[in-house]
Amino acid sequence: MSGLRVASAFETARAEGRSALVGYLPAAFPDVEGSIAALRTMVDAGCDVIEVGLPYSDPVMDGPVIQRAVQHALDGGFRVDDLFRVVEAVAATGTPTLVMTSWNPVERRGVDRFAQQLDDAGGAGLITPDVIPEFAGEWSEAADARDLDKVFLVAPSSTDERIASTTAHCRGFVYATGIMGVTGTTQATAEGVAPLIARTKATTDLPVGVGVGVSTGVQAAAMSEHADGIIVGTAFVRTLLDHADDRDAALRALRTLTEELAGGVRRA
Amino acid sequence: MTDVTSERSRFDADDQGWFGEPGLFGGRFMPEALMAALDELTVAWQDAMADPVFVSEFELVLREYAGLPSPLFHARRLSDRVGCRVLLKREDLNHTGAHKIRNVLGQALLTKRMGKKRVIAETGAGQHGVASATAAAYFGLDCTVYMGAVDTRRQALNVARMQLLGAKVVPVESGSATLKDAINEALRDWVATVDHTAYLFGTAAGPHPFPSMVRDFVRGTGDEARAQCLEQYGVLPDAIAACVGGGSNAIGLFTAFLEDDEVDIYGFEAGGDGVDTPRHAATIHAGDSGVLHGARTYVLQDDDGQTVESHSISAGLDYPGVGPQHAQLAHSGRATYLPVTDTEAMEAFSLLARTEGIIPAIESSHAIAGGLKVAERLAAEKGPEATVLINLSGRGDKDMGTAIEYFGLGEAGQEDER
Repeated sequence: MSGLRVASAFETARAEGRSALVGYLPAAFPDVEGSIAALRTMVDAGCDVIEVGLPYSDPVMDGPVIQRAVQHALDGGFRVDDLFRVVEAVAATGTPTLVMTSWNPVERRGVDRFAQQLDDAGGAGLITPDVIPEFAGEWSEAADARDLDKVFLVAPSSTDERIASTTAHCRGFVYATGIMGVTGTTQATAEGVAPLIARTKATTDLPVGVGVGVSTGVQAAAMSEHADGIIVGTAFVRTLLDHADDRDAALRALRTLTEELAGGVRRA
Repeated sequence: MTDVTSERSRFDADDQGWFGEPGLFGGRFMPEALMAALDELTVAWQDAMADPVFVSEFELVLREYAGLPSPLFHARRLSDRVGCRVLLKREDLNHTGAHKIRNVLGQALLTKRMGKKRVIAETGAGQHGVASATAAAYFGLDCTVYMGAVDTRRQALNVARMQLLGAKVVPVESGSATLKDAINEALRDWVATVDHTAYLFGTAAGPHPFPSMVRDFVRGTGDEARAQCLEQYGVLPDAIAACVGGGSNAIGLFTAFLEDDEVDIYGFEAGGDGVDTPRHAATIHAGDSGVLHGARTYVLQDDDGQTVESHSISAGLDYPGVGPQHAQLAHSGRATYLPVTDTEAMEAFSLLARTEGIIPAIESSHAIAGGLKVAERLAAEKGPEATVLINLSGRGDKDMGTAIEYFGLGEAGQEDER
């Protein structure tokens, strides 16, 4: 099974005169079936692209909220094979489904084998927050062989040269970090991210998504004036954590938040 | 001190931070957000090492403040016991009690040169945290130390030391709440503060340029020891030995001897309960190639690439990764890495106290235990003229709590039962 790539979702959103909503949850949080139900709810309520996180023991870019969820998944016995089950179930909805992962689990499985299993599950590609293209040559080859999306990050601290070399290696979209910091700590602002988006767009025709520091419909609306995609993670995870003892309530809250954000990307 | 920019040896990393064959060990596996800072640090470090003013400032602070060079000591009673000459590089006599002062003074001096006003550090047992707080106080820098919550409880005395020195100590609750998680949290701080903050990394690991930069700051151990050995005994040692956790004291000793093919190099890892059990920290001996904390190196990990918790009676060696240059030295065969168990280390701890009147750090006790085995073998092969040089990387005051528990000490009148 070969799944949809993210370009199609960004094109659809662009045709509708809006930005795309990208939603993140870690796999196997609260458990494998629970994460599938949650991600399908997010698809149903308006997410255009899904990012499934691979829970890893030593994440550098995750703030305290996502760390809690990841630890919960690891304590529950998460295995990498579970990730592909979640990807397969979400990609089956027809929504492009990316995996967001720290580097070592990919390397451990074997980069080419990981790429093949991702492709087999219908995954669209990888977002790799702790590796830059210069150190990801093997992944680039494996992705190119299967036309998988390769999403690398640019940051406010990136030089113009580094932005150019990074976007040259991306396929699907470019992930712009809204703040200098980890997920779920500081709120990004449209004025704050505009310069980075402009600098990024100066180097590529690819869509640019903004993540890290985005959690509300108001922010989504404001940022949609600059970015092609709005990426939300911590706010979804927090919603699940806040309703840890009642899954139906959690899914209802997740739907409400997704609809608020989906409304935001349409208000710009 | 060697000028790193003009004389790159086959043991040095390339511009991307690879030791040996590109792609095998080292590199810079870090978020894009830190790339500008790591590039800036690389340039600043290389400029500093090529600047005689910086080098002489560093040498001055090491001499006047840290008490260096440390002596090379002929351990005569130990030598009699094993049958050949045993020399100890007395890094335990340095200010703050270990080799680590060299690294933090180097990095703090570089921080000042770069115009940054704040430093952060991770610490396991608290030794690097105390050293960082000390250097920050000396240079007038703001200092925050990340320490696993489990470790802050185990090492309350070192928390108090850091606080007394003016540092803020942040307990880290995430993950296993130990050293590796403290590193993760320090990296997360750095991602948000990198424009005005320097990360004083505690060992010769992490993303390029840290493994090479830390090596440059700690290599004085080996430079001094090599010169002292030649001056005092007219020969190079037949073998040198150091303990290896992240590997800073070991690379500090080894670097000066790498080109001396006649000198055998030994690194001793924490074997914990034994490398045939899950409770050890023998990363090179029992780990697999992987990426942890910014470098490709040997890592204790499971089939999915999740880091496995390490164990050692010595907190300073209790780390599931190792500096990438050690991985390369093991891979190339230039150095030999062997495990030493908790039991063997504690025997050496006690032995050194009773034979030489020196209470070593439990970390260093691994080097003593392993080094004495090498000495016994060399004595049998070459006779009493054989020389083994062991890095006594730190003093054991901090370990008295562990020793009291391990040996059942502390109650007067019980001495004969040991």
